[in-house]
Amino acid sequence: MKGLNIVVCVKVVPKNSEIRIDPETNGVDRRGVDSIINPPDKNAVEAAVRLKELYGGKVTLLSMAPPGLDDFFHQMMAMGADEFVLLSDRAFALADSYPTVHTLAAGIRKIGKVDLVLAGVESADGGTGNVPPGLGEALEFTQATYAEEIDYNSEEKRFIIHRMNGSGHEVISIPSPSVVSIELGVNSPRFPDFRRKLDLDENYKMTVWSNKDLELPEDKRGLSGSFTTVEEFVEAKKRERKHERIEGTPEEIADKLADLILENMN
Amino acid sequence: MGKDKKAKGIWVFIEQFEHAALDISWELLGKSRELADKAGEKLIALVMGDNVEHIAQEAVHRGADEVFLVEDELLEHYKCENYTYAAYKVIKKNKPNQLIMGATPNGRDIAGRLAVKLKTGLTADVVSLDTTKDGIMLGQVPGFGGSVLAVIKCEVARPQMATVRPGIFEAIPIDKKRKGKIHKIDADLDKKYETTKLIKLQKVEGVDISKAKRLVAGGRGLGGDVSALKELAELLDADIGVTRPLCDDGLFPRDHQVGSTGVTVKPEITINFGISGAAHYTAGINKSNTIISINNDPNAIIFEYSDYEVIGDVNKIMPLLIEKLKAKLMKEVKQ
Repeated sequence: MKGLNIVVCVKVVPKNSEIRIDPETNGVDRRGVDSIINPPDKNAVEAAVRLKELYGGKVTLLSMAPPGLDDFFHQMMAMGADEFVLLSDRAFALADSYPTVHTLAAGIRKIGKVDLVLAGVESADGGTGNVPPGLGEALEFTQATYAEEIDYNSEEKRFIIHRMNGSGHEVISIPSPSVVSIELGVNSPRFPDFRRKLDLDENYKMTVWSNKDLELPEDKRGLSGSFTTVEEFVEAKKRERKHERIEGTPEEIADKLADLILENMN
Repeated sequence: MGKDKKAKGIWVFIEQFEHAALDISWELLGKSRELADKAGEKLIALVMGDNVEHIAQEAVHRGADEVFLVEDELLEHYKCENYTYAAYKVIKKNKPNQLIMGATPNGRDIAGRLAVKLKTGLTADVVSLDTTKDGIMLGQVPGFGGSVLAVIKCEVARPQMATVRPGIFEAIPIDKKRKGKIHKIDADLDKKYETTKLIKLQKVEGVDISKAKRLVAGGRGLGGDVSALKELAELLDADIGVTRPLCDDGLFPRDHQVGSTGVTVKPEITINFGISGAAHYTAGINKSNTIISINNDPNAIIFEYSDYEVIGDVNKIMPLLIEKLKAKLMKEVKQ
């Protein structure tokens, strides 16, 4: 293929602030919770579409998810992606990061001849950030995580990555194919093209692969492939606080606040 | 690596940058000393780099019973493929029971890759760590916006891996009388397998608000004007913390973000200006000694986490507060 064959791993996540723990069952209560596109995934899609605009090629979005989320998937596609592949099977459910990595890797291998795998830096629900570097290992690709900028040198077939490594800012180059995770907020994701979205809603039939297509063994998918278990949920401990209300005119409040701050400073 | 009854030892990966260990490495070693004693395990430090023997020595002085030291010029800078190869080799041979790393960008980069290579479970971004007496690691991870903590374990594979957020645990002070064995390992790295090229490296003096003594914090209620917040920080010699939206809007770099997706702080005093108190923010300020909050919404959740509460307009109160503080501080100087 001419240009870059890019796969972006994307995810729809529950809106954080609305999830509650059911006190009866001590389980997670997701009923009636709104979903959103995992925020850094939009930055990853934006990065992919920009690379396609510069160097040509194709952007395929890939997600492991239950059915029923097409509205979100079409929104992401309407940002400028070409295809969507959904990995959906009960056999993939309740996966921790290890089987998730292997399921996505199987999807990427089946798509074939991929130059670049992009992903958001982490998911807002799991929040592990384990999947992008795990994909690097499973696919035997080089990886760069926490990328702020990505460019491509077509002569050398290498990607140039700017990333914060925690102590400094580094610019590195890595060969094609690679896995790169994109940090949240590093670019401005474009709005979905409204007409394209409508067209997709009416006419697009995305590729759906189940485990019949991926043929993953039990130890590489879903619950049976997971290593970690949730022992229990505990309420985040809240410290006892004084709850003293400071009242008065703004002038008086400021005066009392200043005293309080100075008292508590040493 | 699968389940391995012979796996033993609590291992800590000592992350370094330009020949100096990161603070998180010593924090992890400090906490793991306690865990190793509880589980009756040895505490082992894994030090990788080029010319880093002094770090191995310091690891002993800070609590490690033994150190595996891997030195190679290809480990001068963090490159995923070299570090993963070297770490995998040492781990495969010596079979740790637990492997603990910092939840820094590079710590999470190598941990995610190693866990898949070792075929084991990885609990990421832990905020509280414990072990059973039988050596089962229990990592607490903030879930669902920080309102609950999930206790996660991995019983079926070894090593049990975790990355731990910086700024949560205390390092053990250096004790030069402590003794420990340093094993020097040759990782047998070969440049021809190196795929990453370093083009440019720039040390950035980022801020570390996890160690702030005083914190002034701002949220959406500031209305996008952060000048008063900055002035107050300067006046009180305080660090600045913000909620996630202010980072998303580009008003502050990410290292100022407080909360379950940002930094956990534990200052003497935290003052919240125009912060409503979403769970993922309050999860990060819970350890503050005194919390003062100013918000115009009497029902704001932030007040549930506050010692002193002001219901009012931050944009009116902040300039007045700056004025009063200036006057009072001036008076103190004069006395």
